[in-house]
Amino acid sequence: MKISVIITLKKDVLDPQGKVIQQTLDGMGFEDVNEIRQGKYFEIDTKETDNDKAKAKVEEMCKKLLANLVIENYKIIDPK
Amino acid sequence: MKSSVITFPGSNCDRDMDVALKKFGFKNKMVWHADAELPKSDLVVLPGGFSYGDYLRCGSMASKSKIMQSVINFANSGGMVMGICNGFQILVETGLVPGVLLRNKYLEFICKNVFVKINDKKNKYFKNVDNQVLEFHIAHNEGNYFCTNDQLKEIEDNNQIAINYCDENGKIEDQFNPNGSIKSIAGIFNKEKNVLGMMPHPERMIDTSLSGEDGSLFFKNLINNLK
Repeated sequence: MKISVIITLKKDVLDPQGKVIQQTLDGMGFEDVNEIRQGKYFEIDTKETDNDKAKAKVEEMCKKLLANLVIENYKIIDPK
Repeated sequence: MKSSVITFPGSNCDRDMDVALKKFGFKNKMVWHADAELPKSDLVVLPGGFSYGDYLRCGSMASKSKIMQSVINFANSGGMVMGICNGFQILVETGLVPGVLLRNKYLEFICKNVFVKINDKKNKYFKNVDNQVLEFHIAHNEGNYFCTNDQLKEIEDNNQIAINYCDENGKIEDQFNPNGSIKSIAGIFNKEKNVLGMMPHPERMIDTSLSGEDGSLFFKNLINNLK
């Protein structure tokens, strides 16, 4: 089963990379962009076949390694 | 005094630290990250470098390596653990010291000498250092110290800030903060002050012909405090 995870920076955390990307886009003519926040995307292919169990395991992975909860939030995308 | 320096895949300041520790009288052992047992030590050092290529987040992989469980147990039982640069990043990922280290504010790798002001001397790392201001070297891309407001309050209430970036006279202002760290924090303790994480490299300031001697002051003092 494949499960996806999106990690984003919490809203109070400065994202200098996102800011530079936004400024570059602005310079390229994309002037309507208010803000860009850069994040991370993971695709996890697991042997687990039970949907809930797989999600619970991925949640544990997020808490223990994939995200640093001081600065990041994680969102698990439901497997289809 | 016995010390151990942990080498992770991608560490590159481990041998510099070995040279520095030996120069000031430590009997140092190099310890591989995949070992489970820590040799008997009075001080454990997590050195600078780019462990695991800085994948995922700096220090995140190294913080889960086999030796780290022994290092965490050692720290929790009061053992002295010092993380320099990438070692500091590893320490925050283990949770031994609070906060995180973000990308430098202006997105540049910074490699230069800086001045730091010792904020607290009631600990074994800085007790009896005569100077209030030390000149150290920094070389990092992710040294921008960040923590939540609740954590910051706790850190300040417990006097856990070890050193702040400053000018040569000890003035702490934004213009002397190289990387955007909250409160110009360059190094921080755990609550008990046996664990120290800091971005500057004292091991690069132990020889006048190469740089300076403020690292020598630090190490000489450290070994005396541990005796």
